[in-house]
Amino acid sequence: MRQDQLIFDEGRPGRRARGQAPSEPVDTGDLPAESLRTTPPILPEVSELQVVRHYTRLSQKNFSIDTQFYPLGSCTMKYNPRAGNALAMLPGFLDRHPWAATAQSQGYLACVHELQDMLRDVTGLAGVSLTPMAGAQGEFAGVAMIRAYHRARGDHGRTEILVPDAAHGTNPATAVMCGYKVRELPTDGEGDVDLQALREAVGPRTAGIMLTNPSTLGVFERRIRQMADIVHEAGGLLYYDGANLNAILGKSRPGDMGFDVIHINLHKTFSTPHGGGGPGAGAIGASERLLPYLPIPMAGRDENGYRWLTEVDCPHSIGRLSAFMGNAGVILRAYVYARMLGAEGMVRVAEFATLNANYLMTRLRAEGFQVWFPQRRASHEFIISLKREAKELNVTAMDVAKRLLDYGYHAPTAYFPLLVPECLLIEPTETETREELDGFIAALVAIRQEARRDPELVRSAPHDLPVRRLDEVRAARELDLCWTPD
Amino acid sequence: MSDLPTDLYYASSHEWARLDDDGLITVGITDHAQEALGDLVFVETPSLDSSVEAGDACAVVESVKAASDIFAPVAGVIVDANGRLTDEPELVNTDPYGDGWIMRIKPEEPDLIEELMSAEDYEHMLAAEEED
Amino acid sequence: MPFIPHTEDDIRDMLAAIGVGDVESLFDEIPDGLRSGRLPPMLPALQEMQVTRLMHERATRDLVGPCFIGAGAYRHHVPAAVWQLATRGEFYSAYTPYQAEASQGTLQLIYEYQSMMCGLMAMDVSNASLYDGASGLGEAMLMAVRANQRVRSGRILVADSLHPVYRRVAETVVGNQGVILESLPLDAGSGVVDTAALGAIDDVVAVVIPQPNFFGRLEDVDRLVDWAHGGGALVIGVVNPLAMALLKPPGEWGEAGADIACGDGQPLGVPLSSGGPYYGFLCCRRSMVRRMPGRIVGRTVDLDGRTGYTLTLQAREQHIRRSRATSNICTNQGLVVTASTIHMALLGAEGLRRVAATCHARTRELTAALSTLPGVAPLHAGPCFHERALDLGQPAAPVLERLAARGILGGYALGQHDPALGDAILVCATECIEASDIAAYRDALAESLQEAA
Repeated sequence: MRQDQLIFDEGRPGRRARGQAPSEPVDTGDLPAESLRTTPPILPEVSELQVVRHYTRLSQKNFSIDTQFYPLGSCTMKYNPRAGNALAMLPGFLDRHPWAATAQSQGYLACVHELQDMLRDVTGLAGVSLTPMAGAQGEFAGVAMIRAYHRARGDHGRTEILVPDAAHGTNPATAVMCGYKVRELPTDGEGDVDLQALREAVGPRTAGIMLTNPSTLGVFERRIRQMADIVHEAGGLLYYDGANLNAILGKSRPGDMGFDVIHINLHKTFSTPHGGGGPGAGAIGASERLLPYLPIPMAGRDENGYRWLTEVDCPHSIGRLSAFMGNAGVILRAYVYARMLGAEGMVRVAEFATLNANYLMTRLRAEGFQVWFPQRRASHEFIISLKREAKELNVTAMDVAKRLLDYGYHAPTAYFPLLVPECLLIEPTETETREELDGFIAALVAIRQEARRDPELVRSAPHDLPVRRLDEVRAARELDLCWTPD
Repeated sequence: MSDLPTDLYYASSHEWARLDDDGLITVGITDHAQEALGDLVFVETPSLDSSVEAGDACAVVESVKAASDIFAPVAGVIVDANGRLTDEPELVNTDPYGDGWIMRIKPEEPDLIEELMSAEDYEHMLAAEEED
Repeated sequence: MPFIPHTEDDIRDMLAAIGVGDVESLFDEIPDGLRSGRLPPMLPALQEMQVTRLMHERATRDLVGPCFIGAGAYRHHVPAAVWQLATRGEFYSAYTPYQAEASQGTLQLIYEYQSMMCGLMAMDVSNASLYDGASGLGEAMLMAVRANQRVRSGRILVADSLHPVYRRVAETVVGNQGVILESLPLDAGSGVVDTAALGAIDDVVAVVIPQPNFFGRLEDVDRLVDWAHGGGALVIGVVNPLAMALLKPPGEWGEAGADIACGDGQPLGVPLSSGGPYYGFLCCRRSMVRRMPGRIVGRTVDLDGRTGYTLTLQAREQHIRRSRATSNICTNQGLVVTASTIHMALLGAEGLRRVAATCHARTRELTAALSTLPGVAPLHAGPCFHERALDLGQPAAPVLERLAARGILGGYALGQHDPALGDAILVCATECIEASDIAAYRDALAESLQEAA
């Protein structure tokens, strides 16, 4: 494949897309000379066609859901309906200024209000705010709400957040951002949190616990009600990390499990695009006792129609998380998706995500791969460990992941959760056909054969992509983060 | 098997320590530790003149896939840090017991170094970990 | 089941392969009491055709005439190519580029983005984005606390001329970590930080300086930076990135330049979109890069020595450092950055400079036209970039309502944040505003003011 230059290298002095900027000469008017820039910024000098061709070509170097099966565990890479994109980009939504008066915002506010209600009902909580702009910001909001709740009760001794050792790294990072100390809980041999350890860990210092259910190990936390009781009796609250909500959407509700606050990754469960790293939306739901602390603004409704609820309506709110009202365009895409699903469609999501995962797990096990929790049902995802292959063939999970790319499949999540050696966390999602799953199984089987026959082929993969394995050590030691002209 | 000089003391968190003639204790990470971490890309050296207890985290070594704390094996004051590691973190990989040293501590009680493991004990510990 | 491909045959065969009789059996590890029988009644499911009609109706309801509101979000021309390219499936439906070999498109694009932001800000390094300008400022403050190790007070001075919502959001972000935000007072007459009143500072982590400030006014950034550095504080510049095509960039402020530059990338190719998704940018000195939150892309080589791009310095981030990460952020605003990069490439330095200068010219024309009306006058003396506060001589909120009824979004009511400014509005005109829009605004304002009087 041809190596593409940087857009900077394609430019020539004086070239530009002349149709895109005002043609009038620059007049800096009353701006004082000392406030002006003296040398122009270094930006590309290219034509419109050069830009279109360059970025079209770059796009073709990506794997994506639209082009490949993308079974990335814990990331829910399912089809992002095109209708969501087309409808969120209607001029009435795109041109609406965030400070536009309420009277000029009724269409948008109606969507926000209805999505708040749908998410509330499908999760079994008492109220929802859509303002957080990603899962991690939703987590931040949730833990900040827990903190605000304890403070409001004068309960200042609660300084710890409990986090299972299998948790996603954002959980402990979030707890610290909210001023808490983190206490880790061990997992037992079957993938559930160790209840005895939980009993010993809770006490007057416990502010709350952060849990993902199904957990990052791909199994349902079966004793969740007992856990909720233990934490609540100790005066703590329960935070639900919605990373894996796709597994149980409409099938089992976090509110019924005893969770006090949850976040939902709309860019996972509600099928808004990941966009190569965002934007997401981390809608947050609260039980009755945490309702007053939800982040603002939210959409409310009274006899005059819809309106924003702000500091005035919600004096106890933890406050604002964005300059305006969160990732509105993501919220609209999620709204379109939720409306196309309805209640019945939401339940189907969980059912078929689970069917696909269990099918894939059963078939891989039959092919001789080591399923990490063979005695358990898969949720919407599951773990296989390539520990044996690593030992016998000296071919690691990373090698297999990279070789899968050559076969045209995006790699599953590798080396997470950290507790399982040489693991692949595989999440097929409900939108994949059986044929696609069968093809993926065949690829894994073929790669294992290659590893026996010609391990170097697998160890040095990928071979057919725009680049081979990259020197990450060099990238970190000799930092090159910014292009400069020679 | 990784290299284990017998004149050094070892901590279970994989640091080595050596009592020098000037009464200071030089600290680094073991050959086993550098091998497990892989190529180091950054070493955050400790702040000078800070007092540490045995077991305090006082420096960090980073590879592309991990960040690992370096714990003070003995209590004392950090009087020196290896400035070369700022630009050459790879010294920890290439010469963990020599040019790849990380810090020097003026110990409160130099004799307490003997509470650390000998090379033989540390080797047993590694062998036991291997079996798990 | 709009997006589920399974046929009856598929379901039967797959269940047989698993060895269960029905789909419900796959949920048998969930305790009975926790398996919801059914959900409460919800809005009915719609076909794409139906939801399309509904959304068209709602979007049309929110359409209005010319928009003279700014206050942190600005309507600019966005070339058609920008979002057509950004919403290509290969960008739109890709994940974070953890598998570098399968993500070279996104990774190279982010490297280009970082280079463009460094150019625009005259700074050494940029990250791959944060959520938005306001929350990004909170992250910049936490970064300053980590970077300025000589100061342990947690005190950060924030110019009162900063966007008030930015300050509130930053407070939410940093409030639980012992960071204390203090005010750097404003001179009410000029609408900028009162540099004559600057005393010596001591034990301050950082000073936050906006440029242009909330009122569109230009701060004496050179003097403020030198003053802050003289007192041992770092400087965080909060800037409009489009303005930096015309104005002196943060890296060149004062003797040594700002230490951190941040702000909202919305003016660079992002539609107003009801407030988001936008993105926060964050640039800093090279020496501070390890204190930075968020993803960073680096250029390196592959096994064959070919140039390639990869996420780097990941040991700062939550998935490796967990509770000691520089931030909890993982998902950022990647797709918006994609659009913005394409936008910057299309406009180039000259294009952006023309857009910025045209905005400045339009706003001068607008404020001149409106100031001919009796009772209307600029609130502050001195130059502004593309926004200006106007005193209407009567309560502003009802006037704005009457303007909206005439199809004109006339500005932002400043009384929302400061009751003393109840008669004032903040107006903005970008390059999208034409002379006829300004004339229409002036006429509508004349009528609205008279109705009230």
